[in-house]
Amino acid sequence: MTELAASDPLPKPKRDIAPILLPIALALLMIPLIGSTSSWLTLTAASLAMGMMIFIMASGLTLVFGLMDVLNFGHGAFIAVGAYIATLVFAPFAASVQADSLLVNLAVLAPAALLSMAVSGALGLVVERVLILPVYGQHLKQILMTTGGLIVAEQTLYALWGPQIIPMPLPASLRGSFILGDVAIAKYRVLAMFIGLAVFIAIQLVLNRTKLGLLIRAGVENREMVEALGYRIRRLFLGVFMTGSALAGLGGVMWALYREQVHASMSDELTVLIFVVVIIGGLGSIGGCFIGAILVAMVANYGGFLVPKLALVSNILLMVAILMWRPRGLYAVTSR
Amino acid sequence: MTDLLKLSGVHTNIGRYHILQGIDLAVPQGQVTMLLGRNGAGKTTTLRTIMGLWQASSGEITFGSERIESRATPDIARLGVGYVPESMAVFSDLTVKENLVLAARDGPLDDTQLDWIFGFFPALRRFWLSRAGSLSGGQKQMLSIARAIIEPRKLLLIDEPTKGLAPAIVMALIECLKEIKRKGATILLVEQNFFAARELGDSVLVMDNGTIVHRGEMADLAADVPLQERLLGLSLEAHQ
Repeated sequence: MTELAASDPLPKPKRDIAPILLPIALALLMIPLIGSTSSWLTLTAASLAMGMMIFIMASGLTLVFGLMDVLNFGHGAFIAVGAYIATLVFAPFAASVQADSLLVNLAVLAPAALLSMAVSGALGLVVERVLILPVYGQHLKQILMTTGGLIVAEQTLYALWGPQIIPMPLPASLRGSFILGDVAIAKYRVLAMFIGLAVFIAIQLVLNRTKLGLLIRAGVENREMVEALGYRIRRLFLGVFMTGSALAGLGGVMWALYREQVHASMSDELTVLIFVVVIIGGLGSIGGCFIGAILVAMVANYGGFLVPKLALVSNILLMVAILMWRPRGLYAVTSR
Repeated sequence: MTDLLKLSGVHTNIGRYHILQGIDLAVPQGQVTMLLGRNGAGKTTTLRTIMGLWQASSGEITFGSERIESRATPDIARLGVGYVPESMAVFSDLTVKENLVLAARDGPLDDTQLDWIFGFFPALRRFWLSRAGSLSGGQKQMLSIARAIIEPRKLLLIDEPTKGLAPAIVMALIECLKEIKRKGATILLVEQNFFAARELGDSVLVMDNGTIVHRGEMADLAADVPLQERLLGLSLEAHQ
């Protein structure tokens, strides 16, 4: 290998934009295949909204994977718990939820979301201390413990709320669509896009503009060296785990409103999608997770429209294709 | 001269392997102590055990007046121990600046200290905002050492800093370490490069099979070729 001398100029680091171009290219490629512009716009908006919700749920998991090297198969429990907690707030304020005022709707929705995040975050604290702490560094035991935790959480929800599906209607002002010509974009999807984008920007700001963020990014790459610099990374682990759990809770509320129903095993359909997103994004990469979530949602929506029979395997095919292109995901952060 | 660091009967097991088999050593304050030995002798394990990255199975490690063998790595670092691993372990995804900001644990970067570091390693100033992953091997080593000395440390543990580097960069590193030594730092340095070892070392410890098999003055070992051949398998001159 040729060694550069200290005085040699260094090639300017290239920004890796290929993964960013991927969803754009995919969306453009779909225009002629779908045929109708209005259908394409509707599907694209649906993909972005769904992608943002999946991103919110997966972002915590990718940091937990990347920073802590923890395989948390119980992440879905926080999603379901978040959704159930929201129903507790929605039930006594059903009239406010169905009022025609956006402000009145948000006055219920915002506290519901915040309470769900708080409870999911607190549950994350318990799970980390009780289930994860004894099995750090032991992947097989992590899978067993977290899968067991998920089963216990689901059964507890069944015991507390019963086996029936609980309806969770959208607030009245979020029903319906924005009509632009012959294109209809559901209002709730627009809100989901904004919330997802806001979460993405907030995480990026914390990761890139604060010392805490530097520690998280450094810890994802090399935990040991962060400790050798004198930082107690265990506390950081706990904070990240709780934040990831809280975000999963927020995602659970948003998904429940999207589906307009809550049930204890609601995370089952999402868990595979979330793991696909985390893997194709690159473990520990928030940017990769963001793009991965949009890609997964696009493949689900476009694929479901064009070739419905392929819908069940489309995301696995996407993961295979991405990993053949980039074996460590779109943006490789860790070498694990 | 007082000993800043002392290891007494330290054993370290990694899995089923018994790597350190009763290490006794002392690192005098203000001196550069060289730790030499064949590959696999246990040099890196010794540094990692001191740093708490691997827990000693038994024995005592005393830093200043504190026992540290059971302490966690961050606590040992906070006592004033800097560590430069063999792998350099710079944070590739972070810029040069961000790597140093993180290393300056107790506050903002000190401009005087930065200028002093830039004096030895001008490349770090030039690539201040470049990702550390895009630096050359030599530049990464400079960053790794800069990270260890960006704040005053009582003891530096440095693992093979010149390994695989071009001669010009080795010279810059030696000058930097000499300057750190002149400032009164205490260093435990694992090094295979004879020139660097001779230039920097005050005392020397030689390891074999997880134990210390020789201790003495670096100058004496450098002058005694038969002893080098007996302890290291070949003369230090061959390592140049």
